[in-house]
Parts: sequence; C-alpha cells; structure tokens
Amino acid sequence: MAVMTYREALNLALREEMHRDPRVFLIGEEIGLYDGAYKVTQGLLKEFGERRVVDTPICESGFTGVAVGAAMLGLRPVVEMMTFNFSILALDQIVNSAAKLYYMSGGQYSVPMVIRGPGGPAHQLAAQHSQSMEVYFYHVPGLKVVRPSTPRDAKGLLKSAIRDDNPVIFIEAETLYGIKGEVPDDPEFTIPLGKAEIRREGTDVTVFAYMGMMYRALEVAEELAKEGISCEVVDPRTLRPMDIETMIGSVRKTHRAVVVEAGAGFAGMGSEIAAFVTENAFDDLDAPVERITGANAPMPYAKNLEQAKTPSKEKIIATIRRVCSA
Amino acid sequence: MALDSIQLIELYRKMRLIRRFEERVVELVNRDEIPGVTHEYVGQEAVATGVCVALRPDDVITSTHRGHGHILAKGGDPRRMMAELMGKATGYNRGRGGSMHIADLSLGIYGANGIVGAGAPIACGAALAAKLARSDRVAVSFFGDGGMNQGVVHEALNLAAIWTLPVVFVCENNGYAISAPISQMAKVERLAERAAGYGMPGVAVDGMDVLAVHAAASQAVERARTGAGPTLLECRTYRFVGHFTAEKARGIKYRSDEEVARWRERDPLLTYPQWLRQQGIADPARVEAEVEALLDEAVAFARQSPFPEAEEALDGMYAVSYPGLPARGW
Ligand SMILES: Cc1ncc(C[n+]2csc(CCOP(=O)(O)OP(=O)(O)O)c2C)c(N)n1
Ligand SMILES: [Mg+2]
Repeated sequence: MAVMTYREALNLALREEMHRDPRVFLIGEEIGLYDGAYKVTQGLLKEFGERRVVDTPICESGFTGVAVGAAMLGLRPVVEMMTFNFSILALDQIVNSAAKLYYMSGGQYSVPMVIRGPGGPAHQLAAQHSQSMEVYFYHVPGLKVVRPSTPRDAKGLLKSAIRDDNPVIFIEAETLYGIKGEVPDDPEFTIPLGKAEIRREGTDVTVFAYMGMMYRALEVAEELAKEGISCEVVDPRTLRPMDIETMIGSVRKTHRAVVVEAGAGFAGMGSEIAAFVTENAFDDLDAPVERITGANAPMPYAKNLEQAKTPSKEKIIATIRRVCSA
Repeated sequence: MALDSIQLIELYRKMRLIRRFEERVVELVNRDEIPGVTHEYVGQEAVATGVCVALRPDDVITSTHRGHGHILAKGGDPRRMMAELMGKATGYNRGRGGSMHIADLSLGIYGANGIVGAGAPIACGAALAAKLARSDRVAVSFFGDGGMNQGVVHEALNLAAIWTLPVVFVCENNGYAISAPISQMAKVERLAERAAGYGMPGVAVDGMDVLAVHAAASQAVERARTGAGPTLLECRTYRFVGHFTAEKARGIKYRSDEEVARWRERDPLLTYPQWLRQQGIADPARVEAEVEALLDEAVAFARQSPFPEAEEALDGMYAVSYPGLPARGW
C-alpha cells in the first residue's frame, strides 16, 4: 500500500498498463509535452516516447475517431478529454462508432478503448465547463461508464477499463485530483467493472452517491448518526453496468433509499436507480425512493447561484429525515 | 479608409483600455475578487481593436474564451464586464456567465464562448440572417490558431464560402494553443493559405500593427458588406502572458524567455503611442488618464454591486412563449 493522490493513482494505472501491454497508447490535447492539463499524464511522454503518447490539435471528434480506428486494428487507445464537456464534440464517434461497431458488425471487430478525463462541477467555471456528462453516455448500449470516487478506485478501475474489450467512458473529477488515499502498489491489482462499494454500513436508509456527492453523503451520515439515523452509503462506481446485487441487497436490508446526484435531476442517474430499486425491491421498501439532485438549470457562475444549483448538505439531511420518518 | 486623428486616438484608447482592464483583472484574481478562470488578451490588443474599429455598431462579433479584448473593442461597458467577472447581479449576464460567456446583444456581441471553435458557425448564422433580411450587416468570427484546427470551423468556412455570406473570419494566430505550438499542429506556414481550399481570399497580416490590421479588416468588411463574400484574415500575434491567469503562479513553461522578449519589443502598447506622439497627433498620457478613471469606476461599480439573489438560480430557464407555461427550471 502507498498513500497517493487520485491524480497519482491514475498516472500509475496508465504507466503500469503501458508497461504491461504494448498495445496501449495515449492520445489527446496537451497530454505529452505539457504533461496534461491536469497533469494526469505527467512524465509519460518522457518514459514512453511519442509513439505512445500522442499530442493532438484541438479536434475532439477527429482524435476520438482516430482512436476508434486504431482500436479496430487491435491497439488499445486511452483518449484524454481535457474535460469531459468537450466530449460533446466527439459524441458522434463515441455513440455511432465506438459503442455500436462490435454489435453492428456481427462481432467482427471490438473497440477496446478508454475515454477518460475530468467531468462534473468544478469551482465557478459556469455552464459549459461544469457538466455531469455521464448521463449522456450511460443511455447508450455498448458503452460502459465509470465514475471512480477514491484514489484506490481510480487506479483499480482504470486498469480494468484499459483491459476491457469494450469502449469505456471513465469520468474523473477535477475537484478530486488532489485527494489522498491508500492505493495498492501491486501491478496486478484491479477492481472489476460493475461492482458497487459499500462506503459506510448502516441499517435505516441506503444513500446512493458517487464522486463529490459521495463524500458529502458520508458527512451527512456522520451527522445523522448523532440523532440515531443509521445511513448505509453505497457508491455504484460503475454506472453501466450497475451492480444489482450490492445495490438491491442494501435496500433489502435498510428498506429505504435516497439518491444524491450533482447533475440536473431530470432523467439523471437518480431516475434510473429509483426505477431500478422500485422494480427489484418494491416489496422491501418502507418509503418511496427519493432523489436529491442538482437543479434543472445550467450551472450558473456566481458562487451563491452555483451553491443554489448544487445539492446542499441541509437538503440531503432534510430528505433523509423525511424518508426515515415515513 | 483613411483614419482621421480622432479615430487614430480611438485606436489607442481601446488598446490601452484592454491592456489595463486585463491588468486590473489579474490584480483582482490575485485578491480572490474574481473567481473561476480568466484568459487575458494581453499582447493581442491590436487585433481586436483594428478589426472592431472597422465595424459598424450594428455588426456582429462572436468571441472566444479569450474574449475581454473583443468585447471592449466592440464597445462593451467595462463596468458591466467587471461586475460579471465578480459574479454580480449588475454584470452583463447577471452573474450567470463569468469571463467566458459575456455577451451584449445590443452591441452585436454574440458572446464569448468557452468551447473552442463554437463561435464560427454562429457568426455564419448571424450573417445568413442579415443576408436573408437584406440588411448589410457583417459578422466577424474571432478564433485562435488552435480553433483553426477544430472541425466546426472548417464547416463554417465552407458554408460561408458556398453561400457567399457576409462574414470575416479572424484567426488570431498567437503561435500556441495552450502549450501546443501551431508549427506542430498545422502543415502550412500561413493559416491564411487554407482559405484557398474553400474558395475565399486568405490574407495574412501583422497582428502587432493596429493600422495594418485595421486596413486589412476594413477591406474584408467592405467585401462582406457589398455582397462579395467571406474572407479569412490571419493576424500574427502573441500573448505576452500565460494561457490563463493562474498559469504564472504554477510556474508552467513552454516558451523561451527570448521568444517572449522578442515579441514584447513589438508591443503595440509601446510602439503605437510612440508613433502617435511622433506624428504630433496626440498626447497619449491624456488617453491613459481617461482609461484609468474609467477602470477605477468599473472596479468600484463591480465591488459595490450586489450578488444575485440565490433564489434566482432557476429563473429564466426558458423564454416564455405562452403565458402560463413555466420559465423556471424545475
Ligand atoms: C472544444 C474545446 N476543446 C478544448 C478546450 C480547452 N481549451 C481552452 S482554450 C484552448 C486553447 C485554444 O487555443 P487557441 O484557439 O489558439 O486560442 P488562444 O488560447 O491561443 O487564444 C483549449 C485547448 C475547449 N475550451 N474547448
Ligand atoms: Mg492560440
């Protein structure tokens, strides 16, 4: 075990997988000479050279499509989106090509690639730079979608994503790059995609949350414990495929569920989880599943507006109290 | 179009306003009064100024992440810009947009834009609307050398060419997209050469020379206004500072000190006022004092302004087409 930042854990995962498999290469804007806009690829150009760390012009659609083609020929590209907001420009290559080619070709070719980079809200970057992009992707059959909340998960899940034979959308968070945690240094350590993690055990209510909201949910759980409400915090980690067993298992135990989500709530992750819990564990529920989500507005710039758009601790606490008194 | 002395002084006033505005922004960023991210226009003042002075007030511009200079040059109010940067209710976007989204439709400023290349087709749309309305308004799209490689910019160039749209594409080639040198990201020496591939004139001009930019822009604008179609204008320029304001503090380096120093010798904020004085046209000091007063007022206005009401966060989500339907997010 070593203690390292989330950023270092990602860097280590990339480095280990590049050593392990010569087919793995990195492509994106500013990832080589500049070491990455957020320094995730630091030192990799120096270590692996220009053949395996490819700096591109600003052309998200182009370089993502290039990665699809390279993956079809047997390479394992890891594409960096400088931020995931810019993946919107590459949506066609991701949705119409990467996600569908394996199925559409009758299994002739797979597209083993990873598209990674930071997403979600940051600090007053306004509407175009604060989007929770996972919702755009997990709707698409053929894609896997990961949101790793801790340094350990960042490493273990990125390695699995790179080894996976399918296109994997891997969305980190700018606000988490600096957090520290224990990370196994065994190069064979991986975390399988599709496995949720119980972050805190509890008996009264299951709180589903990932990334920044997972940490907020843990704070809330700590506070509510003082008034005798015992929260079980479950981090889905992989949003598609979801871990039915762990997630439903938790609700069967607590009989109540809330979802906390930073992004706009309409047709968000909370909608899917709520439907999923209702379908699979309706008879176990003592209260309706509730969602605490970001407001249905683009992210505003001013700090107080940004806060108003984001699920607050107070709102999460009030919702959980209400659910638990039902 | 020959410029009279009032216009020649106006060029300086605008360039000085942009430079000093940006320097004030840096101070305010360092004092945590401006949050988020800001990209300074320092070094490129001659481009926005030369181009915008060639425009009419009802002409349209689309801008970029590095938009302060374009907006000021097109007549943007420094008070409302400063207020927006501080996230205040009196800001251009009521505190919702910040640096990368400042817009003023009444001045034809169709927005800064945080997405590289996104403004180019929007300028074409404004130009198409002007053409359909049989007006002679012109649209200008500003973008960088980095933006020049974005697919949508090429789509926009082609559309403008085939539809003979009244657009001027202004590529501000400052040599870098963040740290990526354009010499490695394009195979042509002059980005203006790409215009030939779309069947429009491509003109390269010294972006450190405000009079040269103004002359070239005037020609391109005239061409657009008279129905002869679009032009790609490449302005060779340089940003004297980091890609974004905080870059300096992080000690990031990708350009040599000599290179920066070489370009700084050609600083239009040095060469142009010198020329004005030599020609006996004006005393630059007077302009400078005026600009300072304007910026003092802008900063004071922004500081005194209130933040938006938090409850407003969801207001104005939709334009109200029919009474009774919700305009709020829900
Ligand atoms: C579509 C998209 N990709 C990436 C970015 C991140 N980004 C912001 S500015 C920039 C560089 C732009 O370079 P250039 O167009 O030359 O403009 P300059 O910064 O030099 O003014 C990049 C890559 C973005 N904002 N939008
Ligand atoms: Mg540039």
